[in-house]
Amino acid sequence: MAKSIDVSDLNIYYGDFLAVQGVNMTIKARSVTAFIGPSGCGKSTFLRSLNRMHEVIPGARVEGKVVVDGQSLYDPSIDPVAVRRQIGMVFQRPNPFPTMSIYDNVLAGNRLNSRRMKKSEADSIVERSLKGANLWNEVKDRLNKPGMGLSGGQQQRLCIARAIAVEPQVLLMDEPCSALDPISTSAIEDLIHELKSDYTIVIVTHNMQQAARVSDETGFFNLKATGQPGQLVEFNPTKKVFSNPDEPATEAYISGRFG
Amino acid sequence: MSQTLEKKPAPSRDAMPLSGPRMPGSAPYLVAAAALAVGVGLGMILGGGLIAMAILAGLTFIVGITVWAWALEGRRSGVDRLVMSVVWAAFAVALVPLASLVWTVLSNGIPALSAEFFTYSMRGVIGDEPGGIYHALIGTLLITLGATVISVPVGIMTAIYIVEYGRTARLAKAITFLVDVMTGIPSIVAGLFAYALFVLIFGPGVRLGFGGSVALSLLMIPVVVRATEEMLKLVPDELREASYALGVPKWRTIVKVVLPTSLSGILTGVTLAIARVIGETAPLLIIAGSTDSVNFNLFADRMQTLPVFIYYAYTQPGVPPDPSIERAWGAALVLIAIVMLLNLLARVVGKVFAPKTGR
Amino acid sequence: MSTTIDETRAGGRRPGDAIFKGTAIAAALVILLALAGVAVFLLYEGIPGILGAREETDASFVSYVWPLVYGTLVAALIALVIATPFAVGMALVISHYAPKRIAKPLGYVVDLLAAVPSVVYGVWGITVLGPQLVPLYRWLADTVPWIPFFAGPASTTGRTIFTAGVVLAIMILPIITAICREIFAQTPTLHQEAALALGATRWEMIRMAVFPYARSGMISATMLGLGRALGETMAVALVLSASGVITLNFISSTNPSTIAANIALRFPEATGLAVNLLIASGLVLFAITFAVNFAARYIAGSSARRMSR
Repeated sequence: MAKSIDVSDLNIYYGDFLAVQGVNMTIKARSVTAFIGPSGCGKSTFLRSLNRMHEVIPGARVEGKVVVDGQSLYDPSIDPVAVRRQIGMVFQRPNPFPTMSIYDNVLAGNRLNSRRMKKSEADSIVERSLKGANLWNEVKDRLNKPGMGLSGGQQQRLCIARAIAVEPQVLLMDEPCSALDPISTSAIEDLIHELKSDYTIVIVTHNMQQAARVSDETGFFNLKATGQPGQLVEFNPTKKVFSNPDEPATEAYISGRFG
Repeated sequence: MSQTLEKKPAPSRDAMPLSGPRMPGSAPYLVAAAALAVGVGLGMILGGGLIAMAILAGLTFIVGITVWAWALEGRRSGVDRLVMSVVWAAFAVALVPLASLVWTVLSNGIPALSAEFFTYSMRGVIGDEPGGIYHALIGTLLITLGATVISVPVGIMTAIYIVEYGRTARLAKAITFLVDVMTGIPSIVAGLFAYALFVLIFGPGVRLGFGGSVALSLLMIPVVVRATEEMLKLVPDELREASYALGVPKWRTIVKVVLPTSLSGILTGVTLAIARVIGETAPLLIIAGSTDSVNFNLFADRMQTLPVFIYYAYTQPGVPPDPSIERAWGAALVLIAIVMLLNLLARVVGKVFAPKTGR
Repeated sequence: MSTTIDETRAGGRRPGDAIFKGTAIAAALVILLALAGVAVFLLYEGIPGILGAREETDASFVSYVWPLVYGTLVAALIALVIATPFAVGMALVISHYAPKRIAKPLGYVVDLLAAVPSVVYGVWGITVLGPQLVPLYRWLADTVPWIPFFAGPASTTGRTIFTAGVVLAIMILPIITAICREIFAQTPTLHQEAALALGATRWEMIRMAVFPYARSGMISATMLGLGRALGETMAVALVLSASGVITLNFISSTNPSTIAANIALRFPEATGLAVNLLIASGLVLFAITFAVNFAARYIAGSSARRMSR
């Protein structure tokens, strides 16, 4: 079943630069957790440290623990490739592979693990994933067309279909709607609601209304001070964060007094 | 496909194996040490040379690390390691010729160097009498200078035309295409062109240094145009518009604003272009010819150049051959040094003349 | 990109502008004239060679030039087959495998290969590479003589078309590597991260994201390398011990010559019609390299249009 994530004392570095300091939190399974905060406070950096994508950037490293299903992700015995397979990711800008068709884009992850797939099996994965991403009806007649031919919102849903095709435990979304128009945004938000019953979803967003609409719990990140590392200021159920936050800084941010 | 597909995926995803047996971080070093031992050991047993040992060690490393990763971490990891080691091995192998070449030129060339080597020509030199490359140095410098004098103005002005005036013109498109064509002209064809041109003026069998300059500029112009074009395109339009807004005419804008901004890049490009043509042999062999004497006149008679000197000193050494072949290596060393210096100079120039802004 | 600012009015009024623009156009026309000149003069001097080939060589021009074309193509293709995998590997090392700290110096080292003049490569090819390859040739001729390329008898000096191909491969390595590494490095981070986030290993990421993006660039890089190899003169002229035959045997002491090397070897002593004949063969070389380079640009250009769609 979908897994919860326990983060303890996580410090994230770019080279010598400490970007995020001392994060502790528990992300619940089968729920939507949103991270909000001003630009540059380390929300996305933190998100990328949850599936070991952070270390893809040269010089980047992480201290502390991220435990999923009793396994510490940064343990030397852990294979980062397996981690990324189990913890899927959707990026800020839609990024379907430009040379692949819609069909092949959805199967891109599956083909890594099983070189030979029966046609019927592949077909059913494609249909299931595209239906899961609410895209099936729009593209079922042009599965062999390139993925780049779709609209921005459709491309983003194609990327979600690609991520869920490998049946991950957790789905990380890094500002998935920031490049989309309001109608596409609303389609993605509906989709997040539906996906919640099967996946643990973590979403970074700039849009506080979006966090309030889609998430069950909200974490507020902020810089300690200018030039200081980012930190987790508050982590509470979304209702509480938006109505009666513990920290004055959270309230100030939410009521729009800064950031 | 036939059953009604639910919207949600219904996988059994209880297990989440993230860890497996993993190779230690020191694995590549361990395998490398073992491979080295195998290579040297087998090489000694089978009596192979240093090259055989290196090849054996390399192959052992590739096979070793692949098999280990495959067995321990699975097929995908094995393939990943295989590609990584093959790619690095390719790099290492490709550097062997470079190392060998540098070593050969240094070890054979250094003994040839002396004060006479740089100040004597080969006029009347027989056997192991002291002779040198003075005439070839002079020829190379003069001919390259001539090529630079032709190429730089033509190249820069052409680039200015393409970028500043001809954005939409058909002529500019045609010129861009022709510059591409020029880039691909084989150097020997450039030499033939210069010969075919000057033969019309001076008659059959013509040889003159300036012909070499013309041939080289044919090779140099496209490099200068490309480099300048790239640099001019980098100059932001705001700068041009700011200048127009002050009522500065277009040509003064180009001369006073656009060119100074891109000066460092253009100078770097010109220096690299010189470095590229200074080692050219084939066109000079054809049109500048070869001689043993010093010739300061670009417009008359044969002129010796370093590359042609190397060619003849090596292929037609005379009797006894050794002094001449030694001089060939010495000249090769000098020529490589000049090209490297020009490359270095290009980098320095790029840094020194870069616009002093925070951007 | 800059907008074209219409300065025709200003240009009409200011003599400075008119003169400057005129100079720029004149420079562009010089290039036009130079290339037209190359074509015209080579034709003017070459056609007598084509027509008079029978007087000079007792054979038609085609039968004179064909063995040279064959040798040129064979040497360049050997070079390409050897250089391309190495170049792709080296480009990958610099763009994706080497740590950032040492990637840049590695790039400089590859550029050093380009800084060595071709005549030096030639001299090195005769003295060092050729003799080193002789045992390999002997082994090939003894072990696999049924492969036509290695039929033997093996050359004792190593001055074979295969050695020439190896030298050419080393010489075109830097240009192919440089272009490939630039394209690899331009692969959008987005696509690379998409692959990694799906759980791809580094190699799988390269196959999923980098190679599809770079494919046409790699093809055009190898074709530009081919163009270089076709026109390269001195290294071949020095290394190759040519006898003008057409043979598939790459390792024997009788080898086909190449157009460029043949010109370089014969031109200094040639007179009369022989000169015209050599110029005509140069014209053929020009046509071949032009076609190859044109194809390379066309492939690169058409994919650029497709990608920017």
